[in-house]
Amino acid sequence: MHGRPRKAPVPEDEAASAAKAEKLRALQSQVLSNHRHKIYTEEALELSTRLVEINPECYTAWNYRKLAFEHNLTRSDSNPNSVKSILEEELRVVEIALRQNFKSYSAWHHRKWVLSKRHSSIEKELWLLEKFQSADPRNFHAWSYRRFIAALMDRSDVDELEYTQNLIDKNISNYSAWHNRSVLLSNLMKKNVEGFTEKDEVLTKEYELVREALFTDEDDQSGWFYHLWLLDQTVKAKSPLLVSSWPAHGSDLILFQDRCLDASSSPFNIFQFDSGTFPLILYFSQAVEGVNSSTVNVEYGSNLNQGLVWKPLSTYKSRAAQAWITQLSFPNADLHSLEAYPVEITVGHCQGIISSSGFHYSQSSHFVFTVRVQPVKKELKEGSGVEKISWTDENFYLCEPHFVESNLVAWFHQLCLKNEHEPVANAWQVKIIEEEMKHFCMLSDCKIGKLTLARLLTAYDALMSSGKLVHSQEILGLYIDLMKLDPPHYQYYKNEHSVVLLQQVMSSRESLLSRCFHYRDLTSSSRGYPMCLRLNKLSLSRIGSFAKLLWVQMLDLSHNELQSIEGLEALQLLIHLSLSENKLSSFTALEPLRQLKSLKSLDISYNEIGARSIDTTRYLCSSPLSNSIGNEWEQDRILVDGVSMTNYWEAFFVLKGLNLTQLDVVGNAIADENFTLFLVRVLPTLKWLDGVQLNLF
Amino acid sequence: MSEPPSYPSIDPTTFDLVVVGTGLPESMIAAAASASGKSVLHLDQNKFYGSHFSSLPILELTSFFNSNSTPLPPSSSSTSATSSDDYSVVNLAIRPLYLDVEISSFSTQLLDEHSNKFNLDVSGPRLLFCADSSIDLLIKSGASQYVEFKSIDASFVGDESGKLWSVPDTRAAIFKDKSLSLMEKNRLMRFFKLVQVHMAAASDRDEGNENQEEGKESEISEEDLESPFVEFLTKMKLPSKIKSIILYAIAMADYDQDNKEQCKDLLKTKDGIARLALYQSSIGRLTNAPGAFIYPIYGQGELPQAFCRRAAVKGCIYVLRMPVTSLLLEKSSGVYKGIRLASGQDIFSQKLVLDPSLTVPSPSASPLDSFHESFQFLCMRDVKQKVARGICIMRSSLKPDISNFLVVYPPQSLYPEQITSIRALQISGNSAVCPRGMFVLYLSALSDDAHQGKKSLNAAMNALFTCPDSVNLESSCADQNENAELKPTLLWSALYIQELATGQFDSISFTPMPDGNLDYGDVLDSAMKLFQKMYPNEEFFPDTVEHDDGLSLEET
Repeated sequence: MHGRPRKAPVPEDEAASAAKAEKLRALQSQVLSNHRHKIYTEEALELSTRLVEINPECYTAWNYRKLAFEHNLTRSDSNPNSVKSILEEELRVVEIALRQNFKSYSAWHHRKWVLSKRHSSIEKELWLLEKFQSADPRNFHAWSYRRFIAALMDRSDVDELEYTQNLIDKNISNYSAWHNRSVLLSNLMKKNVEGFTEKDEVLTKEYELVREALFTDEDDQSGWFYHLWLLDQTVKAKSPLLVSSWPAHGSDLILFQDRCLDASSSPFNIFQFDSGTFPLILYFSQAVEGVNSSTVNVEYGSNLNQGLVWKPLSTYKSRAAQAWITQLSFPNADLHSLEAYPVEITVGHCQGIISSSGFHYSQSSHFVFTVRVQPVKKELKEGSGVEKISWTDENFYLCEPHFVESNLVAWFHQLCLKNEHEPVANAWQVKIIEEEMKHFCMLSDCKIGKLTLARLLTAYDALMSSGKLVHSQEILGLYIDLMKLDPPHYQYYKNEHSVVLLQQVMSSRESLLSRCFHYRDLTSSSRGYPMCLRLNKLSLSRIGSFAKLLWVQMLDLSHNELQSIEGLEALQLLIHLSLSENKLSSFTALEPLRQLKSLKSLDISYNEIGARSIDTTRYLCSSPLSNSIGNEWEQDRILVDGVSMTNYWEAFFVLKGLNLTQLDVVGNAIADENFTLFLVRVLPTLKWLDGVQLNLF
Repeated sequence: MSEPPSYPSIDPTTFDLVVVGTGLPESMIAAAASASGKSVLHLDQNKFYGSHFSSLPILELTSFFNSNSTPLPPSSSSTSATSSDDYSVVNLAIRPLYLDVEISSFSTQLLDEHSNKFNLDVSGPRLLFCADSSIDLLIKSGASQYVEFKSIDASFVGDESGKLWSVPDTRAAIFKDKSLSLMEKNRLMRFFKLVQVHMAAASDRDEGNENQEEGKESEISEEDLESPFVEFLTKMKLPSKIKSIILYAIAMADYDQDNKEQCKDLLKTKDGIARLALYQSSIGRLTNAPGAFIYPIYGQGELPQAFCRRAAVKGCIYVLRMPVTSLLLEKSSGVYKGIRLASGQDIFSQKLVLDPSLTVPSPSASPLDSFHESFQFLCMRDVKQKVARGICIMRSSLKPDISNFLVVYPPQSLYPEQITSIRALQISGNSAVCPRGMFVLYLSALSDDAHQGKKSLNAAMNALFTCPDSVNLESSCADQNENAELKPTLLWSALYIQELATGQFDSISFTPMPDGNLDYGDVLDSAMKLFQKMYPNEEFFPDTVEHDDGLSLEET
């Protein structure tokens, strides 16, 4: 039962329970012996009755009773009277057992089993449930039994909905009733039952109901959970959508095999790939499975679709991911021609792409970009080695305004996939959200009211999806208030705040360009570097908006409060990354880096790696079982050239596959001489460690 | 009274305490004194228990009012003290406590058929809060085993149109209420929670937990506690509709709290929230009572009877139909010695408690100076205040589907000059106060004079009933049953003005008249005070092992 404190046992109780245990053991052995010898007499049954009355959890006794029950039923020769009495006796015993322990799984299960024999009347069950549920209206056994009985009786969902309404009227904190309501409504809407065909009408009524509860007692959680469910029902598109891609629709790509970039040309559509292939990345609105050469069609010169291998970009060993990647080869062209090769991609023209919640990618999307290959100008590169990136402010220059005007207008619009089939927000959705916003403005003096308002405003902006975030300033303000008001949930608000802040930065051309810099190290030869996106000093604790970041090659996330970089694996073009001065506390938190095969320089200096002996971040995001660390750990690597790796197995796991030439780890608890030795072993390509050029050989 | 009844003679003739009248306070005192081992004689001139707290059939009720509404002519021996042997004898008179009694019957058939099936409360409307100290006393004294209770299903606030709005007194009620806006619901519930937090912190402090620093800010400040409740409610931004509900339907304030000139009892915040807390802790306290109130089955007359039975178990002697004619005072000092009964027998006791309807006639005629001094107090205990009460019988409920409920008309809700709130309590036949299928409505309102009081009652009745005159009753009843929306028709009514009188303590003590409150709090309080003054060293109902059976109340 809810809300009843457990009493500490007193010595007399212990003596009594010892005596009870003695009696129970005797009874139990008698019943077991009867069970072994298949004795199903009345006396034997009576013993088992006494046993389950004392201990309803004794499932062997229930199983014995099941056998006895069937045995006696066969013997009764389907004489209706004796069948009836056998059934009634069995139900009576379960009832007594349930009175002893209302939460006995075995007893509830036995009752279901008896009833599923379909011999007995189930009228009494509802009456019994009524009694049990009034004793404890939130007992989930009773609720699940209720659903079982309702299905058995063919009781209509509408009647059951009415029942949840009654319980909610009695006590708005009855979470089980609200939950059952959401289950029933989903059913009714799915089955298009009369009165439940118009989703907007159904939802509007439910919003009205839960609003009464929320305004009556804003401290009660049940209603808020229901409201969250309603909000989800209102705005969440069930089918996954393609949100963005790299290369973007309509973009004009210039590829280089290997050369220095000319700083005067636009850095947004010129890319350098050593491998002779370039990536194609798709980014979906939710994690999806089933992206492959049959669900995605790539037309590229002579059909190159064959043999394309799509890989999900996910930290966990899951087959579903929001981002998917494949590699396309450079067109087999005359390197001096500068001819544009169109690439056409069609996603979801046939079924197969499916979200993890089981919804199909329904409308096919189509986008086109062109590729040119720039002839290679061989320059003397080999000997000079790799230059050190220095992330200091002096080395970054804002893009010049004229440059912005000329190159970026068109480009910005390509950032997000212009989706003609992107569903336009329905008027009813907007109306519902507007109505809720209007109401929850009034409750914005309490924390949950503020949070709901922030969620509503976010949902509204997403619905309008014009790219303009009308309410972002207001949302940010709400989260800042919440961080002050509700310190125990600070991190959650901080994360939400970060996501919105990043959306805000990415939402307009002006704000994005104010964060786009050229990197020019005065001490080095003026080698061309890609455009650097600097999202530093934003006090971000989480990153988001990956769909708009797919193009980034150089990213500065330093001076934030990041504890995790989940999702960063989607940024496949990343070459230079700074995570300096954050709150990353382990290499496990850096797991997404494993997938960034282009990464050359990484700055994780001044974090908290190694500061805490137990790495809790591993368990935050998912089950520890799904974590891939450990699978690839080879026993024979434990000791490499005298450096013990057992202390650094997480670092090994993350860094092993990377071809880093520069790494900064200074300012972490883990960094010491041993770790330096370890890094040099694990990263043979490394040239710069903590700003010091490694003396190779 | 035409032929002199034959009176039994009482033996013994000397008691620790003589109590005259079997109203609730007298019965509590008799029971408490008996429980403390005193020898007690408990007398009543009537043939029934309860005096001013009794529940009576129609005819008895009528004659009770008649006998208490006109001053009886002084008995033959005149008002002056006469001397007999060692004592001076002072004759007692019955003073009229009910004025302007107006009884109207619109269906003689009803009276003929059912007149004995009614148990009409003389001092209604009156209820017990489930968390009331009177419930604790009933259990502690053991009296609860003789009474069964019925739950009052709902509370309403009424308006002049006859509409009844349910009182949003619990979270579930606020949630379901259709008349409140979302913000009103929010404000009201927040206020309830504030009071709960405050009361919890206060009780924590009482238990000596001083380290409640963080709770402090959510408590109500000392300054606010001393301010008028109505101002505090305003400060809490409660809309006037909700203020009115809290003040009059939950805190049960009598006078218009917004009208400071007229208001004779301006409720302070600390008292207001104490009443609110009492109301709220009452809800759900007893398993079978969902609301805040319970009402004794067979009427409130059951309560004094229960205490009398308790007293009898402890050895108290009961004699009904026994009027007391005079006091016996020691000649020289004028000190109380005993009483003379209508039978002529003299009974002596240490202490005497008298029913408020008994009075010593004006002492100006007294020849004895000492007498004059010692009895002056007896004449000064009248309160100017009066309470107008009404009893109505109808054949259908004022609200379909609900049998027992309370209605409050806040000041000015019925007419502009209405300065006190009017309370109405409907009790159905299922509480055995009237035949099944009928309903009794009790009304009360405080007032300064009879005219004002009657006006209040009539206004409430006009809002609730269709006017009974000029209607052919039997046929219209049938018509109305078809349309539940129609207001019920009145079958019988009694309207009267009751004097209020406070209790007095001396060698002779007087119990108070039933007050104008809805609950028994003040009645219990005054009985307890009186007892403690008489017996300063005795506990008002000592703890006994027996009171375990008091738990039976919770299960009824």
